[in-house]
Amino acid sequence: MDAVVAATALSHKNLLGIADLSPEEIVLILDTAEAMKEVGKRAIKKVPTLRGRTVVNLFFEPSTRTRTSFEIAEKRLSADTLNVAIGTSSVVKGETLVDTALNIEAMNPSMIVLRHASSGACHLLSRICKAAIINAGDGMHEHPTQALLDAFTIRERKGRIAGLKVAIFGDLLHSRVLRSNILLLRKLGAEVWVCGPATLIPPGMDRLGVRVTTKVNEAVEGADVVMMLRIQLERMEGGYFPSLREYFRTFGMTEARVKLARPDVIIMHPGPINRGVEIASEVADGPFSVILDQVANGVAVRMAVLYLLAGGADDETVA
Amino acid sequence: MPIVMDADRISRALTRIAHEILERNHGIAGVSLVGVRSRGVPLARRIAAILNGVTGEEVSTGALDITLYRDDLMRSAIGPQPIVRKTEIPFSIDNRTIVLVDDVLYTGRTTRAALDALIDFGRPKAIQLVVLVDRGHRELPIKADYVGKNVPTSRKESVSVHLSELDGIDEVVVEAGE
Repeated sequence: MDAVVAATALSHKNLLGIADLSPEEIVLILDTAEAMKEVGKRAIKKVPTLRGRTVVNLFFEPSTRTRTSFEIAEKRLSADTLNVAIGTSSVVKGETLVDTALNIEAMNPSMIVLRHASSGACHLLSRICKAAIINAGDGMHEHPTQALLDAFTIRERKGRIAGLKVAIFGDLLHSRVLRSNILLLRKLGAEVWVCGPATLIPPGMDRLGVRVTTKVNEAVEGADVVMMLRIQLERMEGGYFPSLREYFRTFGMTEARVKLARPDVIIMHPGPINRGVEIASEVADGPFSVILDQVANGVAVRMAVLYLLAGGADDETVA
Repeated sequence: MPIVMDADRISRALTRIAHEILERNHGIAGVSLVGVRSRGVPLARRIAAILNGVTGEEVSTGALDITLYRDDLMRSAIGPQPIVRKTEIPFSIDNRTIVLVDDVLYTGRTTRAALDALIDFGRPKAIQLVVLVDRGHRELPIKADYVGKNVPTSRKESVSVHLSELDGIDEVVVEAGE
């Protein structure tokens, strides 16, 4: 495994981003997730650990994978879960994020899982809420549990993260998954390459300690891990590239391009995938793909985060 | 720091316990051993090896981590969460006699958690309990079926079991509390 010694606890009350985690804390989360993964293989996929705790899933953006993954993780730990989704909430009546949060907080939940379109929304809530805040994706900032489940999947397949060549392709400009992944992979010592059309590469990328290129072959060559990012079609009105067909021809991950990577390469994608845009169907469904493993591992990693952040007595029980 | 069991005594106690398991279950068919992490796991493997030597039959063993079932989780003042380790029971426990193995029996709370954890894996025919040391002071109605040594202690003392697999030496030590 990795050469870092695991920490025995997380030093923060919240999980706002990978930026706040030390390499030792990341390893602690991944190790805990290994134990949690075993719970999901039992006949009774439930442990009593978070009995009596309430977790609110507050989602201001559509999400299937992340929300269901958190909900299953919470239920496997026996927490009471409550889903608040925009569209059915008072947000459509004009309530602000802070007011919504204060109202939810008044009901005394232990943790709030927040997905929001604005970068920094989780930091804002963490300053006004007693409940622990878990970032489930904030704007273009971070999506820490996605990066953790990606790292878990890599470590499971490769036995390590340090020293691996990880090449990440796609929309580098809008991706919070990219940002969290770069931070995490660099903290654990991977060599990270990023590749996309010049219009989708934000300035200052090289300052994050990654290699930047617009040539797919250069990035994919000898890669241990190929990670595709979703082309966010809803954000592509800015004319970043001429057409989806042209994007696929220039940057899409095809079987021919995968052959340049190491023979034991793994292909990852955070989902939802756009077949024939960033990735060919034969690659997404092919032998190197670990895309569905990522989804399965997401539950274990989120259980680990919920468990590690739930430490200590609840205010409800003390009062 | 009085040593209440040395390597030789531990070894003899485990051999005796293995024979008691055989006698009570009329052989080893349908019996599996599950060690409670951390030190119950090497103890379970040692007893399985003795049983294998005596009967010539393989005895399956597993490892149980009870952290997620502890009754003191979430109740103590703000503090770090105990580390969760993997539970590995590579066989179905349904209709088998499961011999649970732990190092020290004290309040009985670990055993309570282990019983709850085990039952989530299936419905064993019976569960029996092996402990290397019974130090008394039960807080729950739990009793061991096989005991290596009864060690009367005060609550202020602590009992440490050291095993060569994890600690480089076999010994049971009673230390005075502060």
